Amino acid sequence: MNYFDRQNIKLIMAVMAVFFFIVTARLWQLQVLRGKEFRRIAEDNRLRITDILAPRGIIYDRNGMPLVRNSPNFCVSVLPDMKKEAHAGSISGLLNMPVEEITRLLNEKKGSLEPVKLKERLSFEEVARIEARLSEFPELTIDVEIARDYIYADLAAHLIGYIGKLAPAQAADPAFDDVPRTGYTGQWGLEKFFDKDLRGVPGQRLIEVDALGRELRIVGEIPPGKGGDLTLALDLNLQMAAEEEFGDRAGAVVAMNPKTGELLGLMSRPSFDPNLFVPAIKPADWRALALDPRHPMLNRAFQSQYPPGSTFKIITAIAALEEGVVSPENTVTCRGGFGLGSHVFGCWRHEGHGPTAIYKALVESCDVYFYTYGLRTGMDGIARYARALGFDTKAGIGLGSEKKGLIPDAAWKMRARKDKWYPGETVVASIGQGYVAVTPLQMARLMGVIGTGGKFIPSVSFLKYTGGRVRGEPVPIALKESTIKLVQDALAGVVRDDRGTAHWSAHSQLVSISGKTGTAQVTSSLQGPDHAWFVAYAPSEDPEVALAVLVENGGHGASAAAPVAKKAIEAYVKAKQERERIKYAGGQESSPKL
Amino acid sequence: MQVDRRAVQNFDWLMLGLVLAISLIGVLTIYSATRPGVEGQPHPVFFIKQLIWIMLGLICLFIVVRLDYQWFARLSVVFYAAGLLLLVFVLVKGRVGMGAQRWVSIGGFSFQPSELFRVAFVIMLSAYLSRMKPPISFMAFFRMLPLLALLPLLLLVKQPDLGTASMAAGIFLLACAARKMEKKLLIGIALFGLISVPFFWDLIWHDFLHDYQRNRIIAFMDTDIDPAGIGYHISQSKVAIGSGMVFGKGFMHGTQGPFRFLPEKHTDFVFSVFAEEWGLLGSLFLIALYMLFFYRALDTARQAKDEFGCFLALTITFMFAIYFFFNIGMTMGMMPVVGIPMPFMSYGGTAVLANYIAAGLLINVRLRRFELFY
Repeated sequence: MNYFDRQNIKLIMAVMAVFFFIVTARLWQLQVLRGKEFRRIAEDNRLRITDILAPRGIIYDRNGMPLVRNSPNFCVSVLPDMKKEAHAGSISGLLNMPVEEITRLLNEKKGSLEPVKLKERLSFEEVARIEARLSEFPELTIDVEIARDYIYADLAAHLIGYIGKLAPAQAADPAFDDVPRTGYTGQWGLEKFFDKDLRGVPGQRLIEVDALGRELRIVGEIPPGKGGDLTLALDLNLQMAAEEEFGDRAGAVVAMNPKTGELLGLMSRPSFDPNLFVPAIKPADWRALALDPRHPMLNRAFQSQYPPGSTFKIITAIAALEEGVVSPENTVTCRGGFGLGSHVFGCWRHEGHGPTAIYKALVESCDVYFYTYGLRTGMDGIARYARALGFDTKAGIGLGSEKKGLIPDAAWKMRARKDKWYPGETVVASIGQGYVAVTPLQMARLMGVIGTGGKFIPSVSFLKYTGGRVRGEPVPIALKESTIKLVQDALAGVVRDDRGTAHWSAHSQLVSISGKTGTAQVTSSLQGPDHAWFVAYAPSEDPEVALAVLVENGGHGASAAAPVAKKAIEAYVKAKQERERIKYAGGQESSPKL
Repeated sequence: MQVDRRAVQNFDWLMLGLVLAISLIGVLTIYSATRPGVEGQPHPVFFIKQLIWIMLGLICLFIVVRLDYQWFARLSVVFYAAGLLLLVFVLVKGRVGMGAQRWVSIGGFSFQPSELFRVAFVIMLSAYLSRMKPPISFMAFFRMLPLLALLPLLLLVKQPDLGTASMAAGIFLLACAARKMEKKLLIGIALFGLISVPFFWDLIWHDFLHDYQRNRIIAFMDTDIDPAGIGYHISQSKVAIGSGMVFGKGFMHGTQGPFRFLPEKHTDFVFSVFAEEWGLLGSLFLIALYMLFFYRALDTARQAKDEFGCFLALTITFMFAIYFFFNIGMTMGMMPVVGIPMPFMSYGGTAVLANYIAAGLLINVRLRRFELFY
């Protein structure tokens, strides 16, 4: 009663054999013909290359004191595969963060395989507190990144600058190809200027990951190359003393070594804290900085120009002497005013200076003397010497936009104002008023030329001078030796002589200072108290510091600006003497970079 | 317990050896597939559980072998009724997991009634068809259709367990074809299939299938639509198999499974993990084991002493063949993803039990292939 023909089983076997053949053929296709392709895809699946950020170079002052260093940035993040488990409500209590912000951050990176950073710059207390409760929050992890620590916060902030994440335009720029997308780059100041040196070379890490992006194991690693350290020309002692004495006023201090062109100090106030910019500035902080009516981000050392006031008399004196319009013995009798046509230009000293020669004119800052000889020298002559001494041009310092100042003359006026030049304008220009505008940087350079007897520093060198050619390599300026000697003597007298305008405020027991005060009237639409100037170099005999101090609306140059210069110079000299004392005492060879 | 010497002599040790070999390969692959990605984390115990199930399966196998398979023919209706009841029970009391109501828990154990049902199903089918005089007429076909096909299919689709449902339909049709159908019926079924597909397409597509099932079919049609989305299973499985190349990455060196790129790595896609680690050579070896298994099973059908034994061996072979080819075809991107495990290899307790019982039946039929025996 067998109805089934057992021979059919052979047919079934044959059909199955065909199926087996198809399966084998497919296996051959996948594993042999396309095997390499699939092997590569599998490797791409499991291996991920991540950048290891290179520690940036450390920035030191000229004496080896760190100004900017790297600091750990503790961040708390949500693991990529635990986003669903993350409960914003309970995390908010742990991190002291609003629930909405956590929810926003989590939603922002939905579907991404990267951890979601919730909070950065945790304090040690916070780290300890979170760490202790981490077992309750398996979705959270604490990581350490390298952040930047601007040790002295707003000190020399305009010079040092700050770092930040790549801007979209930078991300597209091949010059930033070696900066990891997660990394930082110098965005301002020296951090930007020397970015290529400070940046370092990022390392790479080959990581095995699973489908959820969790890191399983490090397969290989190329360690990062630390960025180069910088030893700035900046002298921390000088900078600190200047900032401290300057206080909350607005203005700038520029100090340089007139022989080497090293920038010893650069201060602009009000300032800002670069730490705000790392890792990223908060919108509220940025708005506060941008909208601050005192413009803290403005670098007043060279991004803002001011009438130089009486400090300009140095240039007028040089022009008159070089042009042979005046000799040291020629005197003018100052009775407190100078008549030109129907107008009388007053001297700041209403009772007059009496008979005044050029030495006395500079020491006591007699306006009438410079009205007289300025007029005789003529505006074109004054302008020629001013421009030779670096005015009316940009120094090309390389830290953002720079103001060039203005030295007016007949040609300029015709061009700019469509009007001829009047003699009265030469009179006010002779004492640094009217159209004349300068930057504190230009004034510091002028003091360098005088102090060194004719060496002009075209630009400044940010780095400590270690020999060789530098950015601020001085170039000689041809001035008669008699002119130099006379001006040098007079500027020393400003501080040394009892009748000198800065004697009471800038005379130092420690070091001989030569300088010139200036009290510049504010004639622009922004009426206000005068700008106070003091420009100086020291020691008088063999200057190492040339500097300019400007206090916006500070009043008298002698009282408002000169003490800052004195403090700064004294700080520099004191520190130097201290170092030398240690050096000669012996046994201190290992002390940091003397 | 007295063991007959002839039973030992005629026992199909080759079949048992093949089953055990494939099972152990499966355990090793499960072990590798489920290893933790990060060192130091505990290894999930899937492979131990699977070993225990295999042990239980062996016990079942020997129990099944001891009983004369005629006994199963006599009790086929009881088994079948019990199987259907289980299917009803799972719909009423079952636990929902992964979008389907497939599991029932009894005393801490959860099992899949549909896996046990398919054994009862093949026994019932074999018993019924072996008593029928061929060829199957229209009338005879429609007499058996409601109870033997439509009712269980409906219950399975309701869970939904589309995998088992389509497998059951396939076994049903293949078994009928083996019994021989009237030409009219054959043409009728073919015509019905051709006409009903467009007619019922809309109904099936929109009302019967779940979203994920629709997506799987779309993904099968075009894996390039969205490699990270619905076509993900297939493309990652192909990557796993292909990346094994000729020699494989070596045991415990596959990356697609343990690193979670491949879903269902120890159940439905266990072959992909195996092929990744053992390459073409290993895969061919494994396929050869299955070929031998199927050859032996069909040979058992050929040598069976009666019509029931022959049909039982045939339907069981059909069942394993359908599972094997659908599963391996699915992992290689030749079939849509329909959640069918690889027989003996995939992780899953009830499936192991069911497969061992089925293998026990095969051995049983072969053991009693001589009229004289017992």
